[in-house]
Amino acid sequence: MLRYVIRRVLYGVPILIGVSLVTFFLFYVASPPEQIARRNLSAKNPTPQQIHQWLEQHGYDKPLREQFSKHMSELFLLRFGNSDANGEPIWDHIKAGAGPSLMLMSQVFLAGIIAEICVALFAAYFRGTYVDYWITFLCVLLMSIVYLVYIIAGQYLLGKVLKYFPLAGYRGGLTAWKFILLPTVVGVITGLGGGVRLFRTFMLDEINQDYVRTARAKGASEQTVLFRHVLKNAAIPIITTSVAAIPFLFIGSVLLESFFGIPGLGGYTRDAIDSQDFAVVRAMVFLGTLLTIVGYILTDICYALVDPRVRLE
Amino acid sequence: MERIYPILNNVIPLLVVAVIVVAIVRAGREPLWKEAYRRLGRNRMAILALTVIGLYGLIGVLDSLGWQDSPTSDRMTIIDRMFTNVPKERTYSAPLAIVTTGEPKPHPLKGKHLLGTDGVGTDILYLTLKGCRTAMIVGGFTSLLATPLALLFGLMAGYFGKRVDDAIQYTYTVFSSIPDILLIIALMLVLGRGLFNLCIALGITAWVGLCRLTRGEVLKHRDREYVRAARALGLSNTRILLRHVLPNLLPIVIISVTLGFSGLVLEESILSYLGIGVDPGTGSWGNMIDAARVELAREPVVWWNLASASTALFILVLAFNIFGDALRDAVDPRLRSS
Repeated sequence: MLRYVIRRVLYGVPILIGVSLVTFFLFYVASPPEQIARRNLSAKNPTPQQIHQWLEQHGYDKPLREQFSKHMSELFLLRFGNSDANGEPIWDHIKAGAGPSLMLMSQVFLAGIIAEICVALFAAYFRGTYVDYWITFLCVLLMSIVYLVYIIAGQYLLGKVLKYFPLAGYRGGLTAWKFILLPTVVGVITGLGGGVRLFRTFMLDEINQDYVRTARAKGASEQTVLFRHVLKNAAIPIITTSVAAIPFLFIGSVLLESFFGIPGLGGYTRDAIDSQDFAVVRAMVFLGTLLTIVGYILTDICYALVDPRVRLE
Repeated sequence: MERIYPILNNVIPLLVVAVIVVAIVRAGREPLWKEAYRRLGRNRMAILALTVIGLYGLIGVLDSLGWQDSPTSDRMTIIDRMFTNVPKERTYSAPLAIVTTGEPKPHPLKGKHLLGTDGVGTDILYLTLKGCRTAMIVGGFTSLLATPLALLFGLMAGYFGKRVDDAIQYTYTVFSSIPDILLIIALMLVLGRGLFNLCIALGITAWVGLCRLTRGEVLKHRDREYVRAARALGLSNTRILLRHVLPNLLPIVIISVTLGFSGLVLEESILSYLGIGVDPGTGSWGNMIDAARVELAREPVVWWNLASASTALFILVLAFNIFGDALRDAVDPRLRSS
């Protein structure tokens, strides 16, 4: 088992190197640093001296090879340096933003999975009937609505019209849950369509297996069959697809956070886009990739833990 | 050279439509597709969805064909000309209203607006129709960019195996490890805003999934008898891949592209909201939703901008989802997910 884990981790390292090569190409080679300097300097027509000064300040004027080694060391030692737009250390912002992001996304994640499993079980119980048909159709409808509209409509209806929740903003500490509630509701509803459809597929795959037929032949009630047999076996693909999403709990959702004013990592990325801050985007891309690879490794480990057939190979 | 551009601008959309129609008709001669068309024909929802998609495509084509009345005037497309009689108002107005909304002293409107007007007085129906072209180009052009690339790499990886396979797998794992939205943000920041830059960025994120799918399918076909027979007959690798293996992959590729289309259109709207999508001047539903965000906070509420854009988006995405599912069921019922 340990050897399996180590092998998966070692596979991740060349991928990370590849990703940093890609980001280096994108940010240093494909876009000339003069352009970045021009965008960040507020003067309309910056003089070559001003550009040069800015480049020197942010370390863009060194030769390509030196920049490459600096880029690699920056990323792998997680020393992200200072942001291009306002010169503040990036790592501090990341540390500050990870907390709110995690709080919001973990709620969305957990509530979403529970809701989706419940509805999928419900649909699987009534499979083949009109209930199932309408639930599936509803899921396709829900999946077709743009994410943005959910957020805007949710904010408008629940925040402004019904005044159940505060519209936006965030205050740390004990009262934080008040501000997280509306984004959580919106986030859960958004994921409901696709999730229910997916989980229902997993459950129906299990229901058509022989062991379920045997259980029914032995006289088990439909409820026992569903909850004890189908759910446990459908849990394998459910867990493995869900574990892959855990690293994203830290990155947060760019849209949810920017709409609801939650100061998480998603909002930080949004600000970086608005101010065309390449340094922050570089850091977020690397962080995101690192977390995705961790997610893949976790998924493989989880899969090996839960499904004994995988362990034996 | 300058004189070719206007002609080219009009010929290209017509050419695209012609190619699509010819491809569909010629495919109907194959037994696989003939059977699929027959099954599709019996599915009323699928026909409805296809009609809707065709309608959107028609509007998109109508918006692409245009000409200048005189050498100095702007190029006006057919949709532009249909709306020349609809005047531009001062500011917002509700659907089918006679006065403007939200002003201390409402001004009477100069014309009738079926869906209302936006902040600068442009007719909302006109903006919505202009968005069709953007959506169709985003979905279509991106697929056009991503599919050959993905097919090429998938075929090479699956067929040649070993080193080539490892190299291609490494490449697409690298690209798929970067979270999609972050990769698109990075690409758009570097390339700048614009419709074609967006298509390139979306294409780079989309090719990975199709490549993986193709590689899986090619691996399944590599050891089949017909491939072995072709190799024994001495056919070159290229010929085997292109004329024998590829046609067997096409159904799955087409289904995957159809289902992916809706995802691309949705992503365009999200990216336009974030400010890294199409230019603000181009009509797009994403830009309309972006503008609508602050409108909901006004008193009285300006809801028609958001409603039109999101309804238009919703209907198109729903149509593609329904048609994609129906197509998948028609081509091979075994692929059904439920």
